[in-house]
Amino acid sequence: MSGKVRITIDGKAIETAAGEKILWAALDNGIYIPHLCSIRENHSPFASCRLCFVEIEGYPGPVTACTEGAAEGMAVRTRSERVDRLVRTGFEMIMSNHRTECGVCPKNRSCALQKIAKERGLRLKPGRLEKLDRNLPVDDTAESIIYDPNKCVLCGRCVWTCKKTGSGTLGFAKRGFDRMVTTFLEAPLGESGCSGCSACAEACPVGALALKR
Amino acid sequence: MQLTEEERKEAVEKSREILARYDGSRGGLIPALQQIQDVLGYVPAEAMREAAGHFGMPAVDVYGVVTFYNQFRLTPPGRHQVKVCMGTACHMKGGNIIMESWERVLKVKVGETTPDREFSLERVACVGCCTMAPVALVNETVHGKMTPTKVDGLYFSHQLANQQKKEGMPE
Repeated sequence: MSGKVRITIDGKAIETAAGEKILWAALDNGIYIPHLCSIRENHSPFASCRLCFVEIEGYPGPVTACTEGAAEGMAVRTRSERVDRLVRTGFEMIMSNHRTECGVCPKNRSCALQKIAKERGLRLKPGRLEKLDRNLPVDDTAESIIYDPNKCVLCGRCVWTCKKTGSGTLGFAKRGFDRMVTTFLEAPLGESGCSGCSACAEACPVGALALKR
Repeated sequence: MQLTEEERKEAVEKSREILARYDGSRGGLIPALQQIQDVLGYVPAEAMREAAGHFGMPAVDVYGVVTFYNQFRLTPPGRHQVKVCMGTACHMKGGNIIMESWERVLKVKVGETTPDREFSLERVACVGCCTMAPVALVNETVHGKMTPTKVDGLYFSHQLANQQKKEGMPE
């Protein structure tokens, strides 16, 4: 896993560390690939957001850039019909249960979803899909953070961060449509033993966990 | 669901007893939770905390596992267990309407137990008698071709039986 390799991304020659994930190699070189769930420090990526698909020459189908390590001579394309289709559908599914209220959202203009929509020419409306608003209560019991589960895209960045640097209060619970990021017994954050480090709010790519203003 | 002090104590004691049979490797979590449920009939918060301590993981992760699998229940089972079938046939024949009817008469949500511990309400996936859809089970008795009226009837007859039992009991 040492030494440098040469790869091309969208025709641009790039030198990167062998085994470096394509996603990070691209981002480091100013090539944008949509991504929500990836964390650079996490060496076993969740690959759960299904947005960072790329085509690699010689591969039968698109692969997630966050899990694919760079190897000598790899030729990567960030756009293709198949990639665009996967990303568009994945994005629509995420948007179909994300409460979209950008006007009053603390993440407005710094939101990863807005960025993806802009970069890829996608709409923030779910398009063909029905909108699912679960209408869950917003949790403002914690001192410094506010949690709106209706905006959560289940990327898992807050859960990972909370375990690494926080108090390990956040986790996933339930299944299917009911899947959510929550605390033990779904206690409000203020009563959950949360240390209030607000690392989760830093990690949240959307407006689900945000600092109180 | 409020647990009594006695139940809490029992939960902690029994959980510790069961967990002691497992080394700390995480693979033991689910079998341990299953054993706890076999003994207690459900997995209380106390048991989840004990398990989290034993396997060295945050309590929220144990909660995640317990809520992920349908097999685990968080509330003690009632004296009468109502199971509403949500299999394909029952689903098509309006199983959700039957579930809503039970939720309405029992005033609890699916997966919960009434405060008097008389009834618990669950969903199941196919009881094996799809011709009778939609189906509900009360304890082990199958009730086919359910309607909201039948739900009211079953609940009423149960209350009546309870009342008669009370009145019929010698002082």
